[in-house]
Amino acid sequence: MKPAPFEYADPRTVDEVLEHLAQRGDDAKILAGGQSLVPMLNFRLARPAMIVDINRVDGLGTLTETDGTLRVGALVRQRRLEGWSRERSPLLVAALSLIGHAAIRNRGTVAGSIVHADPAAELPALLLVLDGVAVARSPRGERQIAAADLFQGPLMTSLAADELVTETRFTLPGPGDGWGFHEVARRHGDFALVGAVATLRLRGGRIDDARLAVFAAGPTPRRLAGAERALAGQSPSPGLFREAAELATREMDTHGDIHATADYRRTVAATLVARALADATGRAKDPTR
Amino acid sequence: MSAKYFGASVKRREDPRFLRGEGRFVDDVKLAGMLHAAFLRSPHAHARIVAIRTAGAAAMPGVIRVFTSDDLRRFLKPLPLFGTAPPGLAAAIRFDVRQAAQYALCRERARHVGEIVAMVVADTRARAEDAAERIEVDWEPLPAVVDLDAAVEGGAALLHPDWGTNVAIAFTHGIGDVDAAFASADVSISETFFIQRYVGMPIETRGVVAAWDRRDGTLTTWNSTQVSHFVQQGLTVALDLPPHKIRVIAPDLGGGFGTKASGYPEDALIPIAATVLNRPVKWIEDRREHMMGSAHARHQIHEISLAARRDGTMLGLRDRIRLDLGAYNVWGIVLPYNTVAHLIGPHRIRNMRVDVQAIVTNKTPNAPYRGAGRPETVFAMDRAVDRLARALAMDPAELRRRNYIRADELPYDFGMPYRDGNPLVYDSGDFPAALEAALDAVGYAELRREQERLRATGVYRGIGISGYVEGTAIGPFEGVTVKIDLAGRAVVATGAVNSGQGHETSFAQVAADALGIPIEWVTVIGGDTAAVPFGVGTFASRSAVTAGSSIVDACARVKGKLVAAAAALLEASVADVEIEDGQAFVRGAPGSAVPLARVVQASIPTFARPGVASPDFEASAYHHVPTVTYASAVHVAHVEVDVGTGHVKLLKYLVAHDCGKVINPLIVEGQVHGGVAQGVGGALYEEMVYDEQGQLLTGSLMDYLVPTAMELPPIDTVHLEYPSPRNPLGIKGLGEGGAISPPAAIANAVEDALQPFDVKITETPLSPARVLALIQRSR
Repeated sequence: MKPAPFEYADPRTVDEVLEHLAQRGDDAKILAGGQSLVPMLNFRLARPAMIVDINRVDGLGTLTETDGTLRVGALVRQRRLEGWSRERSPLLVAALSLIGHAAIRNRGTVAGSIVHADPAAELPALLLVLDGVAVARSPRGERQIAAADLFQGPLMTSLAADELVTETRFTLPGPGDGWGFHEVARRHGDFALVGAVATLRLRGGRIDDARLAVFAAGPTPRRLAGAERALAGQSPSPGLFREAAELATREMDTHGDIHATADYRRTVAATLVARALADATGRAKDPTR
Repeated sequence: MSAKYFGASVKRREDPRFLRGEGRFVDDVKLAGMLHAAFLRSPHAHARIVAIRTAGAAAMPGVIRVFTSDDLRRFLKPLPLFGTAPPGLAAAIRFDVRQAAQYALCRERARHVGEIVAMVVADTRARAEDAAERIEVDWEPLPAVVDLDAAVEGGAALLHPDWGTNVAIAFTHGIGDVDAAFASADVSISETFFIQRYVGMPIETRGVVAAWDRRDGTLTTWNSTQVSHFVQQGLTVALDLPPHKIRVIAPDLGGGFGTKASGYPEDALIPIAATVLNRPVKWIEDRREHMMGSAHARHQIHEISLAARRDGTMLGLRDRIRLDLGAYNVWGIVLPYNTVAHLIGPHRIRNMRVDVQAIVTNKTPNAPYRGAGRPETVFAMDRAVDRLARALAMDPAELRRRNYIRADELPYDFGMPYRDGNPLVYDSGDFPAALEAALDAVGYAELRREQERLRATGVYRGIGISGYVEGTAIGPFEGVTVKIDLAGRAVVATGAVNSGQGHETSFAQVAADALGIPIEWVTVIGGDTAAVPFGVGTFASRSAVTAGSSIVDACARVKGKLVAAAAALLEASVADVEIEDGQAFVRGAPGSAVPLARVVQASIPTFARPGVASPDFEASAYHHVPTVTYASAVHVAHVEVDVGTGHVKLLKYLVAHDCGKVINPLIVEGQVHGGVAQGVGGALYEEMVYDEQGQLLTGSLMDYLVPTAMELPPIDTVHLEYPSPRNPLGIKGLGEGGAISPPAAIANAVEDALQPFDVKITETPLSPARVLALIQRSR
C-alpha cells in the first residue's frame, strides 16, 4: 500500500496552482487535507502523474459570514468550521460532528470533501440544501457553480480539469429557522448508509421555505423539490411529513451495496425525511406566534 | 508461598512505554543495509498458473531480486499443519481428515485471492511494490468454489483434486440416546443458524524482519507472532539449521487474537530471502494484505434441534454442523471439535448427536480466532435455547435456570473426550450462581418492567442472555527459565508471548510471590527463543495457567537454591531460613536478614575461596497440565432497536464470569472488555464478504467494520472465583472468554426487543439493513 510514483509540487499562489493544472490537466490531482486522496493513492486506485499540494497557498483560509452567507476558503479544515459553527449554526455542528472522527476533521477540508463528491458525505448534502455554490478559478477566470450543477455522479463533479475550487459558500438558516439532520451509519463516523437534512421557517403556523435533501441514497446528494413544494404553506403534522417523505422516495434514485440494499435506503430515507422535518418544525421559532 | 501480589490490581508494568509511544514492534526494527519485500498475490480465487515472467520486474529501479516458487524450490517445504487428533480423542471418534500441503509460494495453482505467487526484494518497499505490479502471470482461471452447499455437490470443482472431494473433515459423534430423547419430548424446535466469516483484526498487522549472519551461520528473525518457538521449528526445516542457530524474537505485539498463531508463508520467505541475499530483509504486512493473507475465522452453519419436556427440562440435542475452512485445512480437528466440545455448555443435556463436515472453499484459510469454535457453537445453542423458551412461552432466564448444571453436580463428566483427548469433565464453577449474579447485576426484573412500559411508547428494548463453559489453557506445557543475577534480581523467560495480555505484570506478580522478592525486581521476557529452549506460545487462553504453573515450579527450585545458599551464609539450618521481600533471614531472627544480592555474591567463587554454595540460581520448568480448566460466564446484553431504521444500540453489557483465582483484577477486566468488543464486532459489524467469483469485497477497514470505542456500551464485570484443582495457582484461562457470548447475547436481545414483530434472528452481523428487513417481513 505505497502509492505509485508521482511528481510533487507545492506552489505558494493560486496562479501557480492553476499553471500546474493547465499543464497537466487530468494527470494532476490537488492535495488539501488528503483524507480521501491519500488512501486512494495508497490503494493505487488513483495514479496521478502529479500531486499539487495546496497547503502552502496563501489566501485560502477565509471563514466569514456576511448577511447569512458563509464563505469557506479551500483550506478551511472541517474541525475549524465545526468550532466556528458552535456559536452560529447547530445544523453545521450536527452534520460536521458525524464526519469521521476529530483527527480526520483536523486535516480534512470543507472544500475537499465537497469536490470529492462522495454521495454519502455530509458536506455535499449541506451545500445542496443550503443553496450553496462552489467558487472555481481557472485561467479563464472565476465562476460560481451551484451545488445542484456541481454534483454529477459518485465522485464526479462538473469541475473542469484546470479548475481549482477556492471557496465554497452556504446560505445559513436564519435565526428562528428550524433544522433537522438525521443519518444512519454502521458506526459513528462512517459514511452514511442514508441521510436526510431539512431546514424550514414557520410563519403563522405554516411552513415557509422548506429546504430538503437526502444523501447516501443514490449517485449524488439529492434536493427534493417536489417534497419541498408539497410542504410550502402547509401546517406541519406527522401526516404531512409522511406525505412529503413518500413524495421524496419518488424523487430518489437509490442503489444497493454490501452494507445496505436499495430498498433499505429508500425506506429509511423516507423515515429520516419525516424525522428531519419533525425536528425542524420542533426547533423553528414562529415569529408570528 | 505468601501472596503479596497475587490478586492485587497491580498497574500494568508495560503500559508506560506504550503510552509514551516507545513500544518496540517489528516495524521498529531497522538494520543497516536492510532491504524490503513485497509480494505478488493471486487476483483469482482459483486459477492455474501457466507461466510467470519476471524479467520486466527484475529490471525495475532498486530491485535486488524477484523470486518465484521455481527459484526457491530447495527451501520451500510444506507449511506447518496442526490439529491431529490426540490419542484419547482418536480412540473415541473416527475422524475422516484430509490435509493438503501448502507452499509459501504457490505452485501451479492458486486457491484463494491473496495467495502469494512471487516475492520482490528491493531497496524500498514502494519500489518493491512498483516491481511486483510488473510481474506477468498467465493465468488459467478455474471455477471458484465459494458456497458451502455447492462445494459438496457432485461436479463441484475440487480445490485439492487428489482428495476427490472438498470435504476436509467429517465425523459424527453422540452421547446418550438422542432418538429416544426426542421421542419422549413434549416440545422440540429446529433452526438453522449461520455464523458469518469474521476475523481477528490486530491493530498491528503481521511483519517479519530477518538477518542472516554468514560468519557463524545464524539467522535472527523478528516476527510479530504469538508462537516464536513454532516459527523457529518451521525454520529449522526450511533453512536446514539446528534450533540454536535460529533465534526468533517476538517483540512488542499490537494484538494477536489467534491470527498471529498460524504458520505463514512470510515467516519462511523473509528469512529465506535474507539468507539467499545475505542482507537483512523486512516485510510489514499492509492492511490490504492482512485482509486477504492473514487467517480468517468463524463461518459455520448449524442445523440444530433441541428437545424438552413441557416444564423446560432439556432432553436432547441434535446438530448438523458445517464449517467453511477456506482453501486449506491448516488446523485439522481443532475448530470442528472445539465446536462440538462446547456445544452443550452449561446445560444439563445427556443426549446429543452431531454430524460435522469441514469443507474447503476458495477463500483465505481459517484459523482459530479468540474463541475458536466457541462463539459459533454458543451462538447456535443459545439462540436455540431462546427459541425453545419462546415455544414453551417461558422466560429465557427461567429456562436456563432449570437447565444449568448445578454446583453440586461438579465434577461433571460428559462421557466424551475433550479436544486434548482427556475426559471432558467440568472441574469447578457455579453456573446457576453466575446466572443469578448476572441477572441481579443488570436488574433483570426491573428491565422487564421497563421493556413493557416503553413498548407502549414505541421504544423497543430487549434483554439477551448467553452462557458458556470453556475449556481453557490447553497443554501440554509452557517453558519457563528463571535466573537470579548478581544483584539478586530475577529474570523470568517464557515461551509465552505477550500480545497485550499483560504478561510482564501478571507473570511478575506470580514470580515475585514465589521467590519472595519485590515485583520491581522481576523482569519478564516472552517470545525469545534464545531465552528459553522449549516453548509453545500464547493462544487458547493458555498462558496464565501453563506459563504461570511453570513459573511456580521454576521459582520454587530457584528459591530452594537461594535458601540453601543463605543457610550456608547465615550458618543456619535450611529449614530455618526464609526469604521475604528480597531478604533472607533465620526465622524468628529478623536481625539476621541479608539481602539476596549478598547471598548470590557470597556464592561466587573467588581466588581466595569457593562460594558458600554454587552460584547456580537458575531453573527451567515445563509444568505439564493434566487437562484443561473450565472457565465459565453468563453474559447479558441490553439493547434498543430503532424500528424505523433497524439500528441497534447497545445500552449495557454485563459479564459474570469465573476464571478461577484472579491474578490481577485490572488485567482480567481489560481482557473481558477487549473480548466483548470483538464479540460486539461479530454481533453487529464485522463480516468478510466474498462475491460469487470468490473475490473479496471487504478488502479494507472501510468495508470490514471493526467496532470502535464509540460503539461499545458500558461493560460491567462480576468476578466469581471458583479455583481450579488442576494447577498450583487455582487459575483458569481467560483470554478468549469475553468474545464467546456477545453474538448470542446480543442476537437474543435484539430478537427479544422485536418480540412484538415476531422476528426470528438466524444470522449475524445484525446490520441495520438486516434488522429492518426482518421487521418489514413481519409487517
